[in-house]
Amino acid sequence: MARRTIKTDYLARVEGEGGLKVVVRDGAVKSAELSIFEPPRFFEAFLRGRAGMEVSDIVARICGICPVAYQMSAVHALENALGVTIDGPIRDLRRLLYCGEWIESHTLHVHMLHAPDFLGFSGSIDMARVHGDEVRRGLEIKKAGNEILRLLGGREIHPINVRIGGFFRAPRKQEFAELAEKLKRARDLAAEVVRWVATFDFPERERDYQFVSLSHPAEYPFNEGRIVSNRGLDVAACDYDDHFVETHEKRSTALRSHMRDGSTYLVGPLARYALNFEKLSPIARDAAKHAGLGPVCRNPYRSIVVRAVETLYAIDEALRIIDAYEAPERSFVDLEWRAGAGYAATEAPRGLLYHRYTMSDEGTILDAQIVPPTSQNQACIEEDLQNYAGAFLDLPDEQLRHRCEQTVRNYDPCISCATHFLRLDMDRA
Amino acid sequence: MSAKKPRLAVWKFASCDGCQLSLLDCEDELLAIAEAIDIAYFPEAMRAGVRGAYDVSLVEGSVTTPHDAQRIQDVRRRSKILITIGACATAGGIQALRNFRDVREFASIVYAHPAYIDTLATSTAIADHVKVDFELRGCPISKAQLVDVVASLLAGRKPATPAHSTCIECKIAGNVCVMVAHGTPCLGPVTHAGCGALCPSYDRGCYGCYGPKETPNAPSLSSRLAELGMDAGAIARVYSTFNSNAEAFRQESERHGAQNDQD
Repeated sequence: MARRTIKTDYLARVEGEGGLKVVVRDGAVKSAELSIFEPPRFFEAFLRGRAGMEVSDIVARICGICPVAYQMSAVHALENALGVTIDGPIRDLRRLLYCGEWIESHTLHVHMLHAPDFLGFSGSIDMARVHGDEVRRGLEIKKAGNEILRLLGGREIHPINVRIGGFFRAPRKQEFAELAEKLKRARDLAAEVVRWVATFDFPERERDYQFVSLSHPAEYPFNEGRIVSNRGLDVAACDYDDHFVETHEKRSTALRSHMRDGSTYLVGPLARYALNFEKLSPIARDAAKHAGLGPVCRNPYRSIVVRAVETLYAIDEALRIIDAYEAPERSFVDLEWRAGAGYAATEAPRGLLYHRYTMSDEGTILDAQIVPPTSQNQACIEEDLQNYAGAFLDLPDEQLRHRCEQTVRNYDPCISCATHFLRLDMDRA
Repeated sequence: MSAKKPRLAVWKFASCDGCQLSLLDCEDELLAIAEAIDIAYFPEAMRAGVRGAYDVSLVEGSVTTPHDAQRIQDVRRRSKILITIGACATAGGIQALRNFRDVREFASIVYAHPAYIDTLATSTAIADHVKVDFELRGCPISKAQLVDVVASLLAGRKPATPAHSTCIECKIAGNVCVMVAHGTPCLGPVTHAGCGALCPSYDRGCYGCYGPKETPNAPSLSSRLAELGMDAGAIARVYSTFNSNAEAFRQESERHGAQNDQD
């Protein structure tokens, strides 16, 4: 068998439409391609001409799984253009909303999209027939995350309460009381999940990744921080384009990012964890330690453990915020529109999400650039396939295909997000 | 009994995945639904290929590519009952904003090589292509309405999704009217019910994500929006978001000038 082609035409258990193709020749992986055929929707084009106030509702629709990430990067970038910084309880509420999305999105991925790969099921519904308690536990944690989104955001998908300057309505302290009880229980359950996923059978595969994430002096990053890497990068969001570049290839409706020097990099849980381990709360650090994770994890198959640790952290952090919360007098700060450019990066569950906008003096959007995490991870995913698939070549085709799919799902790729982003002047083809 | 379980498929066209995620967000009901229904094809949640015919198909997303225009025909042929879920599938979604512009220009703004992009000039609702048996509104759909639709199929009754306005839901919720009391522009009077009057409950005006109600009087609302200080451009835009290609919203937007007007 000199040539063998492993193809998955429609990759399951990811958000959006994509496929993969691995070509093996003479016992070695010759090429590995992730193709994305999600139809383009042209957000960056129709954002032009919209009012600044409309942006956070519009960009939420890029992704039904992580709408808060899009809303947060958008409001921070627009506020950056207006020279406004949000502090106090409104800042805390934004962080709380992000906790809700991390809990919901990570728990979805851990239990419904990724765990079936390790336990040999096609999805969580057939997995529930054998591992019913574990699936129900996951659903309960996911529900607690969704309740944060519902109470504070109005609904789980495309929350309506976020606006530039803050929120339309800030909840009163006592509205959080019942939620806090559910979160306390979810925190215990999330600690069990870390122990559970740590028992899975992981292929021993590691690479020396270039990790990129936000870093904040006082906290595990959600909304704020500088963009740093384990190779010495340390820049503000406004300098993003000086260091990162996107290209467009024929096989994909999504764009791919590289560093300007051509190197690939990884964003998301593994990167955040490696670059911010010390900022995790004690309970999350302890759970990581008992799960056998060091302060750095370079095995992408173990990303499920890191996601479980981050879920535990997000619940713990949500409880801390709720405990300290005092409702603000006003739920948003007033803003004056003016011409300018604004930049922001925040940490979507899947990794760094960069937004840049330029506005007219009335606050009309003139230009928008959005770089989602999956575009940034695409090159890294293909390198993983190229590097790791070799070790699985003695498997029959169906099992090999499954291993390759699992290698892609390590990244929790969100193909709906990744599609349709590129700036014209970034063409290097 | 298990042999008689209806077979369900969930299909994705151009969309954000949010409406199909609503099914996985039914944390309390999901396993019970899976007991009563054979979830046979749902690529976001499980590995399984397309096989044979389905009793019920839930379709998310709009038709935006030549390939998808073909694919929806195949989905229809395989489906006894076809239900569209959400604003993309029922009205073309936010990506229908291209319908009022030159899609090649849009592609050149986003992509370095617009020629690589195989896309239609329009984003259209599923009902523009095939017969649709039931439409569930919203961007995103309401989880409660989704569960009701599934339950109604099993019980053989009509789903309870009233076509009256968001205003009625506001009255039921006991909200103070944001437009009357605070002068906040609100699309509630012309918008289809389903969300439970969410935005007014959070001190903001409705932005129409469930699309037009039955027999809406949008021109009358627009006069009131103008009195509240919205200029023609702002009124055109407020009808021109997630349901811009729904007839009543499209007409009202066009009456106030170019959609999504750009320089």
